[in-house]
Amino acid sequence: MKFAERLKEERRYPLRAENVEILQVNLGYRCNMSCKHCHVQAGPARREMMDMKTVETVLNVLRRSNIATLDITGGAPELNPHFQYLVTKSKEIGRHIIIRSNLTIFFEDGMEDMPEFYRENEVEVIASLPYYLKDNVDRVRGRGTFHKSMNAIKKLNVLGYGRRDGLTLNLVYNPQGAFLPPEQCSIERDYRKELKEKYGVDFDKLYTFANMPIGRFSEFLRRSGNFEKYMDTLIDAFNPSTLDGIMCRHLISVGWNGKLYDCDFNQVAGIGLSDGNTENIADFDFERLAVREIAADDHCFGCTAGQGST
Amino acid sequence: MSDYYNDEDLGRFGEIGKFKPDLFKKFMEWYNASLQPGNLSKKEKILIALGVAHAIQCPYCIDAFTKASLEEGMSLEHITEAVHVASAIRGGASLIHGIQAHNSVDRMSM
Repeated sequence: MKFAERLKEERRYPLRAENVEILQVNLGYRCNMSCKHCHVQAGPARREMMDMKTVETVLNVLRRSNIATLDITGGAPELNPHFQYLVTKSKEIGRHIIIRSNLTIFFEDGMEDMPEFYRENEVEVIASLPYYLKDNVDRVRGRGTFHKSMNAIKKLNVLGYGRRDGLTLNLVYNPQGAFLPPEQCSIERDYRKELKEKYGVDFDKLYTFANMPIGRFSEFLRRSGNFEKYMDTLIDAFNPSTLDGIMCRHLISVGWNGKLYDCDFNQVAGIGLSDGNTENIADFDFERLAVREIAADDHCFGCTAGQGST
Repeated sequence: MSDYYNDEDLGRFGEIGKFKPDLFKKFMEWYNASLQPGNLSKKEKILIALGVAHAIQCPYCIDAFTKASLEEGMSLEHITEAVHVASAIRGGASLIHGIQAHNSVDRMSM
């Protein structure tokens, strides 16, 4: 495995967790969209969904640990029938809540009040917007997505998101193909200017993430003959200074079925924790997980390329 | 001739340095230094490189600097604008030589 070899060269092998500050929960792979860059290959036909028993176990872990943040992802997490219950209960426990929203979900039947629900619970919204131009976004995420996204951001802005303290709206840039993301602050300036001038919308921060060579993006790489070249690009851009802040050292990922992983990407790749005794959220042992050895693989180069992607 | 320029040959550029390695080393140092941000930003330098790549029609440079442009956050809109600048200057350079033709005609004409 090239990533392990690279860590050994840097004398950073094995990589270990520093803490568990974030519990990242995947509520299921069902989504109203089928984006080309989606690493979990989410879509309307997916049926995997976290059940109520597992949701209760997640809440119990939050109650009996001091994990500060619950990071809810999917698919479109809003499509899980227990989504609002998980959010409101986590809020009662006093945890900071992040929702990874695709924004277009607001325009699905029964989801119209979602922006108000977010505001009531002061959740931080992190939303995918791969570029600030319509054609680039629609090519990756489907026709009409850009306009829906702009309308969704306008709704959130009216409620105070991206404009008031405590109502955070962060956007995510993803490369629209087999290349690395630009420098975060530079592209953030372009987003802010273009989106304000053309659509009058505001946001807090822009994150730039590299595409992971797994899932639907991996299929694209192989189909287009770009897989080897993309891996070489990631490996050449390996930046050891990203290892301190890399997300797997600070979070635990919970799959829709309650299985634990070092990150969302390992979840998709089916790589469980290297600690074989702790496979499920029901076995959650904070002390042990906070210092666990990270199970790494070559897709990890996606998180360590350039400025890093976490 | 369709395989005259091979995609993977760009990755073999270093093989040029097997002969006269001192010259190749100097070229690489100069090349890398010229692309570092200075009075011009990295983005501006990449756009210049992209324009030149099209003007000289180097397929390797076109691939390399198109990717570099995307990695600087530019879109096909930016890339196409840069190619238009390069093409317009190149076209203009041909067109201005029309004056030489006119001069030539003048010299030959009664």
